[in-house]
Amino acid sequence: MNAWMISVGFLLALSGAAHAETVYVTLEKDNAIAVVDPIAGSLLKTVSVGQRPRGIAISNDYKYLFVATSDDNTIKVIDAETLLEIGKLPSGDDPETFALTPDGKRLFASNEDDNTVTVIDIATKQAVQQIPVGVEPEGIAASPDGQWVVSATEATNMLHWINAKTLAISDNTLVDPRPRALSFTSDSQFLWVTSEMAGTVTVLDAKTRQIVKNIKLSVQGVTDDTIQPVGVVIDKDQRWAYVAMGPANRVAVINAKTFEVEKYLLVGQRVWNLAFSPDQKRLYTTNGLSNDVSIIDLDNHKVTKSIGVGRYPWGVVSKP
Amino acid sequence: MRLLHFWRAMWGIIWRELWRFLKQKERFVSALVRPLIWLFVFAAGFRSALGIAISPPYETYILYEVYITPGLIGMIQLFNGMQSSLSMVYDREMGSMRILMVSPLPRWFLLTSKLIAGTAVSVLQVYVFLLIAWFYEIEAPLEGYLWVLPALLMAGMMLGALGLLLSSFIRQLENFAGVMNFVIFPLFFLSTALYPLWKLKESSELLHTLAYYNPFSQAVELIRFALYGQFNLEAFIYVSVAFVIFMIAAIFGYNPSKGMMTRKGGA
Repeated sequence: MNAWMISVGFLLALSGAAHAETVYVTLEKDNAIAVVDPIAGSLLKTVSVGQRPRGIAISNDYKYLFVATSDDNTIKVIDAETLLEIGKLPSGDDPETFALTPDGKRLFASNEDDNTVTVIDIATKQAVQQIPVGVEPEGIAASPDGQWVVSATEATNMLHWINAKTLAISDNTLVDPRPRALSFTSDSQFLWVTSEMAGTVTVLDAKTRQIVKNIKLSVQGVTDDTIQPVGVVIDKDQRWAYVAMGPANRVAVINAKTFEVEKYLLVGQRVWNLAFSPDQKRLYTTNGLSNDVSIIDLDNHKVTKSIGVGRYPWGVVSKP
Repeated sequence: MRLLHFWRAMWGIIWRELWRFLKQKERFVSALVRPLIWLFVFAAGFRSALGIAISPPYETYILYEVYITPGLIGMIQLFNGMQSSLSMVYDREMGSMRILMVSPLPRWFLLTSKLIAGTAVSVLQVYVFLLIAWFYEIEAPLEGYLWVLPALLMAGMMLGALGLLLSSFIRQLENFAGVMNFVIFPLFFLSTALYPLWKLKESSELLHTLAYYNPFSQAVELIRFALYGQFNLEAFIYVSVAFVIFMIAAIFGYNPSKGMMTRKGGA
């Protein structure tokens, strides 16, 4: 009887562990990270992290969080379990967004005020190089094959293709006004870019660095000036792309094969950034003005819940 | 034997009402057109009106058309309840109720049977409406379509009882316009069917209070919560109490020796 109960308990514990997941959200105004249990749909805790935290990434082994604390002019390294600070990276002034290379060895941080991209070696915590780019660099993405890091400059409306090995700019591509966020497809073939002022999403071929598709977002009953796409992610099977549409309070669901917008999902106010769950069954959105995170079920493309997290949620990552 | 009589009479009344409804295709269509116009036209104009706050039973932001769907279900039941009960005015004078009323079956039983019949018709209308809404991507959780059934029965009975009570005051069918102006419109517009209570509170405390105590609001909330698999105890108690009060008053009203008919000098 006891053995039977222990087995059942063990199985329950296993199933519980299998479903466990943690979502980390930076709170720009609360100077903190919110820790969310997306399965239970609840906020677990909020931990102070530094001044004006925005960009966030997690290491490949899910042990460390990298958080750009803009007003501290640094990127902090945080233990994902204890949430204690274990180091700082020399990001340059006012870091907002950064990209982690696929091997997890380097960080490329955008320095908006200095018009540069700072390359940081994570192991030595040293800035390796500063690469001059266009005016107001913001969005930045590393290709999964390790070949490219692309920086988008908001004021020059340009993408700068940085060779990840030589750290030299190989090419530049002009895109629609105010490019904000970028994301590579899992096979590194295509790069998706959002343009905030134009209300468009541009898809580029990474081989030719040329535009293959420009997608205009438009929502019935919503004025064009409120359609300001920001965050963009593409699933690993490259079936769907999801775009956070800022003050339009919606996430666009785009068929990544046909480039057709299939659906607009209503989430909280000024949806800013997006992150998949590790199994890519859910998508999490940070809603900056309504101070919550919306959970989207990706099996049927439905918003299932919105959870209050704190003031001005900005960046989001998840770990199993 | 006596029970069989009761059963036969009740089934006869229900079946007659359902049959009449199904045979009258125009009535079937017109009963659906009203809420569908509200859904496809009115709600379209306010599509994003509610995207700024989350209120139970919803767990995330919803479009306006999702919000008003339970309200429109309430509207179907409200109109049906009024219409079915007011048809009693005619039925009482020259229709089947005239014969039934002189049968040995108790008056309360006949009125309750009539009420159940009317509610059954409204439930049928609601499910067709929900099916159309589903194609319009207004989808509740699957179990919600089952949970909503008892809520629909309760709301239908309560609104039907209100109609019965009103019909005991009315001698001629022409007075339906008065019922529209003084009962249906205030009940509908002063409720949570079109806007949540917190929205009303923003504009007027008085409107908020009136809407809160409006039995139609409570019926709509009972339906809204049930449709999302949740039980709203407050609305349940309120609708139950309202039903009992309306029903007792209607039975009293239909009593020829004591009720409103005597005072009106009617049948």
